[in-house]
Amino acid sequence: MNVALAKTETGRPLSDSFAVARDRLPGAGKIADIRQRAFEAYERAGLPHRRIEDWKYTDLRALMREVLPLAPLPDAAGLSRAGAALKLHAIKGVRRLVLVDGVFAPKLSDTGGTEKGLTIRSLSKVLEAGNNPLQAELFAADDSNPMVALNSAMATDGLVIEVADGTRLTQPLHIVHVASGGTPAAMFTRSLLRLGRDTGATLIESHIGAESAKAYQAYNCLIVSIGDNARLDHVRLIEDGRDAFNISSAAVTLGAHAHLNAFGMTTGANVSRYQITITFAGEGSRVETNGVNLINGRQHADTTLFADHAVPNCSSREVFRAVVDDRAHSVFQGRIVVRPGAQKTDAKMMTRALLLSDDAEADNKPELEIFADDVTCGHGATTGALDKSLLFYLRARGLSEKEAQALLIQAFVGEAIESIANDDLRELAISAAQRWLEARG
Amino acid sequence: MPLLEVKNLQVRVEDREILHGLSLTVNKGEVHAIMGPNGSGKSTLSHVIAGRPDYEVTGGQILFKGEDLLEMAPDERAAKGVFLAFQYPVEIPGVATMNFLRTALNAQRKARGESEFSTPDFLKKVRDVAKSLNVPQDMLKRGVNVGFSGGEKKRNEILQMALFEPSLCILDEMDSGLDIDALRIAADGVNALRSPDRAMVVITHYQRLLNYIVPDFVHVMSKGRVVKSGDKELALELEASGYTQFEDAA
Repeated sequence: MNVALAKTETGRPLSDSFAVARDRLPGAGKIADIRQRAFEAYERAGLPHRRIEDWKYTDLRALMREVLPLAPLPDAAGLSRAGAALKLHAIKGVRRLVLVDGVFAPKLSDTGGTEKGLTIRSLSKVLEAGNNPLQAELFAADDSNPMVALNSAMATDGLVIEVADGTRLTQPLHIVHVASGGTPAAMFTRSLLRLGRDTGATLIESHIGAESAKAYQAYNCLIVSIGDNARLDHVRLIEDGRDAFNISSAAVTLGAHAHLNAFGMTTGANVSRYQITITFAGEGSRVETNGVNLINGRQHADTTLFADHAVPNCSSREVFRAVVDDRAHSVFQGRIVVRPGAQKTDAKMMTRALLLSDDAEADNKPELEIFADDVTCGHGATTGALDKSLLFYLRARGLSEKEAQALLIQAFVGEAIESIANDDLRELAISAAQRWLEARG
Repeated sequence: MPLLEVKNLQVRVEDREILHGLSLTVNKGEVHAIMGPNGSGKSTLSHVIAGRPDYEVTGGQILFKGEDLLEMAPDERAAKGVFLAFQYPVEIPGVATMNFLRTALNAQRKARGESEFSTPDFLKKVRDVAKSLNVPQDMLKRGVNVGFSGGEKKRNEILQMALFEPSLCILDEMDSGLDIDALRIAADGVNALRSPDRAMVVITHYQRLLNYIVPDFVHVMSKGRVVKSGDKELALELEASGYTQFEDAA
């Protein structure tokens, strides 16, 4: 009864919004049909709630209540506010690609002088270019997940990045999602990164908001394919405003002998969820997906990971650390599936949470489903407080309570951060963690 | 003014009183040994002076350079010059020893209103101290005390003592877990730090340590009180007769 009521409450204004937004959404014909079906799929499910197992700890109906109307196109003032926010999060030496309120902003982006073998287009260009094989790939995401379906229906823009066979990019790509801070609204983006055979790339994703941006909603969906013998280094930094919502998904497919080294850090947003699916489609590949949540106040941060070992001889490692203060709530759900025949799979997952207050909450849910008999798989989860005897030792050496805590927190998250293979990216994550510790005072 | 004055100190841990009115006066330049059987309250005294939070002081006072030490947080005490060499130094994985030493030294200096050490000055200071204590550079690169032997942990404590230059050093059972060679190295390190401006309180169960660190005064603790004080001869007397006489007396 309640569910039906909630669905009406949340579904109705959104379907109006979809009807209004439709004309603005890029892609006609087949794409429009896909969007229509995706929206219907979302409408049937509504916002996920706690009675759906996968969303038990992140009840969007309770946390978010409603999906806001689509953000209008950013105006000049919005772009200038976004520009100011970008300055605070600038990273040296990268190719910056900026999406403001869900729309590609070429003027704030580095579009010129692309390396040989690198093609960058906006999603709207690709969808409006008529029939394109990439379109199928862009909409191959699993619409049985309501938030992915909603994204399929509403995505206004994004980036479509292709790296041609044999190209190893030297310059990292930095996709920045900025909320410009107009009326609180929803922004939907979908991007594709396609790495050919024998390629290499580094992708940094940042989610930020302009100073005036409050309770906006960012919905992103990233689709990645890593070709045979290719490698992706990926870092995600969620530094959205403290009132913001960030519901993002990623679907990564690896070919043979491919390598993904991924790391995510969440320090921002009021409520965030990152759901990532990794599919091993070729043998001999390996993945490290590690993450850190550093949250306080009433923040809620969820990482939900699904590693699908569909073929033999692949390895996956997940090291996840959560530091939870005040009344914040961290969620880690990690599911590893080893399909029948995926022999010699080597999968390990370790998640640890550090609670800094009595009201902090961490839910760790590792799951293994193994259908092959010659595998090495393991998982572990711990939750605890800072060790009092370590704190006293540090304080007896002259460190204040905050300094002692900061040192121990750095050490705690260090294990996940150390796994970042690329030195520059590791430094980036260390400084994001330091910013959080400093803001803590 | 004495450097340290403990007056009629009463301390509880949970519901048990451990110290029942302990008094002790330590002046600059002096080395005091506190001896006593297990459970007599020796380590409690050292932890209360350093400011461990699990202890409840129910009576008495501790003055350090005339100031009320019990009003200060452990880090304030460290900055004022109190140093406790732990009986069991903790392992802190993920915190590099160098980073720890530097953070601690600069925190103390900052609290005293002194300028922080620059990186080259700090490195030079640590290297010099490490060399004089026979601490290999490799030890400084590892996590704090992680994988250190008992002797290495104690040397790391003495290295910190030499680096922070406290005016009061409390050595809690420094000899526990050390073989004779390790003990000699540690004791040499401590002796090198003896100075007219610095006092030491050496807490030990055995007389052996006092062959290497020769005290000016020896106190015997039993059941939470100092029951006898004397000079270094008292330690030898104890070695011969044991603690039983004092347990009866207390």
